[in-house]
Amino acid sequence: MSTLLEVSGVSVSFDGFKAINNLSFQIADAELRAVIGPNGAGKTTFMDIVTGKTRPDEGRVIWGEKSVSLLRMSEAQIAREGIGRKFQKPTVFEGQTVRENFLMALKKDRGVLSVLLFRPSKADHEQVDALAEEVGLLAELDRLAGELSHGQKQWLEIGMLLAQEPRLLLVDEPAAGMTPEEREHTSKLLVQAAKTRAVVVVEHDMEFVRRLNCKVTVLHEGGVLAEGSLDHVTSNSAVIDVYLGR
Amino acid sequence: MRTSFIAKNPSVLVFLLALASFTIIVTILSEGFGIGVISTSFIKTLGKTLCLCLIAVAMDLVWGFAGILSLGHFAFFGLGGYMIGMWLMYERTRLIVTEALMQGQIPPTGSEVIDSIGSQIFGVVGSNEFPLIWTFADSLGLQLLLVVLLPGILALVFGWLAFRSRVTGVYLSILTQAMTLALALYLFQNDSGLRGNNGLSGLQNLPGVEAPQSIVSMWFFLASAMALGLGYSLAAWIVSGKLGSVLRGIRDNETRVRFLGYSVEGFKLAIFTLTACIAAIAGALYYPQAGIINPAEIVPIASIYLAVWVAIGGRGRLYGAVIGAGFVSLISTWFTGGQAPDIPLGFYTIRWVDWWLVLLGLSFVGVTLFAPKGIGGLFDLLKKKEGKA
Ligand SMILES: Nc1ncnc2c1ncn2[C@@H]1O[C@H](COP(=O)(O)OP(=O)(O)OP(=O)(O)O)[C@@H](O)[C@H]1O
Ligand SMILES: [Mg+2]
Repeated sequence: MSTLLEVSGVSVSFDGFKAINNLSFQIADAELRAVIGPNGAGKTTFMDIVTGKTRPDEGRVIWGEKSVSLLRMSEAQIAREGIGRKFQKPTVFEGQTVRENFLMALKKDRGVLSVLLFRPSKADHEQVDALAEEVGLLAELDRLAGELSHGQKQWLEIGMLLAQEPRLLLVDEPAAGMTPEEREHTSKLLVQAAKTRAVVVVEHDMEFVRRLNCKVTVLHEGGVLAEGSLDHVTSNSAVIDVYLGR
Repeated sequence: MRTSFIAKNPSVLVFLLALASFTIIVTILSEGFGIGVISTSFIKTLGKTLCLCLIAVAMDLVWGFAGILSLGHFAFFGLGGYMIGMWLMYERTRLIVTEALMQGQIPPTGSEVIDSIGSQIFGVVGSNEFPLIWTFADSLGLQLLLVVLLPGILALVFGWLAFRSRVTGVYLSILTQAMTLALALYLFQNDSGLRGNNGLSGLQNLPGVEAPQSIVSMWFFLASAMALGLGYSLAAWIVSGKLGSVLRGIRDNETRVRFLGYSVEGFKLAIFTLTACIAAIAGALYYPQAGIINPAEIVPIASIYLAVWVAIGGRGRLYGAVIGAGFVSLISTWFTGGQAPDIPLGFYTIRWVDWWLVLLGLSFVGVTLFAPKGIGGLFDLLKKKEGKA
C-alpha cells in the first residue's frame, strides 16, 4: 500500500502556545486509523492543518502519488483534491432539506457556472437515495436538516462526506452525544467507508475505538505519544499516565 | 423527475401575474394610453417604484440569499443612471445646438458643434472641454453597454479585493459604505467630469422624440415593469437550483461550504457583480423617469434604506423585497411629499415631512425585533393555516 498522506515535522503555535509540536503522521490508501488523546492534545488542530484551515509554522504536508504539498492550497482546493472532513460539532445546512444537503455534496464540477446550470439527473437522485439509505436517512430526505436529531445530523454529515467521494476522510468525534445503538451504526459506517478509502477517526470513546479494530495513534501535547494496535497503546505506561489513568 | 421551473416555483407565476395585472390596470388608467385617471407625474412615481423593486430584488439576492450585507448597491444604481444620462444629455444638447447654429449664415463645422455642446453642458462647472469619460457619450449603444460594464467592473474589482481578503460581516458592510461615500464625494467635485453637484438633468426628454411626457412616461413605466418581471424571474431561477443551495449555504455557514470544495470567494464575487449589474439596469431606467441625477442620490444612506426595505419586506424570498421596496418607497413619497396630514397635538404638531424618518426607523427596529421575517412572513402564516384547514 502506498502512502496517501504524509505529515512530517509540523509545528504550529497560537500566541506562543505550541498546539502541535513536531508532529509526524502517515496514512496509506484504504487504511482506517483512530486518533485518541486527552482534551487539548491537538487532534482537531491536526485536522485543521491537513484541510488548510490552519497554516503550520513549519513542516510539510504531502499528498497523493504525485506528492503535492497541501500547504499552498486553499481549503476548497484541498477538498477538491479528495480530502473530506467532518467537524467535531455537527455542521449541516439546517435551513435546507436533507436532499439539498446531499446534492450540494455530490462530487460534481464546483465552478460557479456549472453549479448554476446543474440540474440533478436520474442517476444523481439514485445516488442520493443510495447514500441516504446507507446512513439511514432515506425516510428523511425531504425534511429540513435542522429538524433531524443530533445523531441523524452526524450521519447526514458523514453521508455528505461519502457523497464527495473523497480519498481521505477526516472524522472528528463522530460518536459524541450518540446513543449506544447509534454508535454501533456509526462505527459500521466508518469501517465500511474505509474499505475503499483512507479514514482517520478522532474519538474519545474507547469502546467505539475498539469496534473500529484498527491501528491507533495517541496524540499528546501536539505530538505522537504512541502508535500501534489498541491493546499495544493501552498497555503503554506513558499513555496510561497522560490519558487513561485519569 | 424533470418538472418545469414554473411548476416547482408557483410563487414566480403568481408574482408575474400580479405584476402583469398591475401594469395593465395602470395602463388603462393612465393619461398617455388610457382614460386619464392617473396623472403623468404619478405614472412616473409608479415607474420609478418598479425600478426600486428591481434593485431590491438584487439586494435580496446578495443579502437575503448569499448573506452579503452590501451597503453599496445604490452606488451601482446611480452609476447606471449616470451612464444613460450622459447620452440623453449629450444627444439632446447636440440637437438643440445644431439647430441654433443652423440659423447662422454658414453651416457649422463639426468642431464648432462639439465645442458648443461642451460649453452648454460643462458651463455650469466652468469648463467647456469634454472629460475623458464622455468619450462614448455620442453613442447610445456604447453608453447602454457602459450601463452594465462600468458598475460591473467596479463591483468586480471591489469584490475581488474584499472577498479575497475574506472580509465578511460588519466589516464588509462598512467597506461597501466607504466605497459609496468615496464615489459620492468624487462625483460632488466639479472636475469629476460629471458636472459635480449639478449632476445631469433634463433626462426625461428623449432626444429626437416628439411624443409628450404622458406617452414617454408610459414607455418607461412599461419598460420598468418588463425589467422587473425579467429580473425577478432570473433571480428566482438562479436561487431555485443548486446555486441557490450553495448561496444559502454560504450565508449560513461559509466554512462548511468551503470544505465541500466550493471556492466561496468566487461565488460571492459572482453574485455581488451580477446584482451590481441588475442594480445598474434599474438605475438606468429610474433616472430618465426622475429627470435628474446628482451625487446626492449615491450618498451612503440611500444604500442603507435599500437594506431597510428588504428587511421590512422579508429577506430571502424575493417577493418580500418587492413588497418592502414598493410599500415603503410609496408611503415614503406620500409622507415626504407633504400629502400626509399633520397631527396637531396641541403643544406640538407632528409634521410628517420631518417625522417620517423616525417612523421608518422605528418600524425597522420593530420588524427586526418582533418580525424578523418581515411582511413576507405573513404569507408563511397564511400557508400554515391553509395546510391545517
Ligand atoms: N485558533 C486557536 N487559537 C488559540 N488556541 C487554539 C486554537 N485552536 C486550538 N487552540 C488550542 O490548541 C490546543 C489544541 O486544541 P485542539 O482543539 O486541537 O484539541 P483536541 O485534541 O481536538 O481536544 P478535544 O478533545 O477537546 O477536542 C488547545 O489547547 C486549544 O486551546
Ligand atoms: Mg477536538
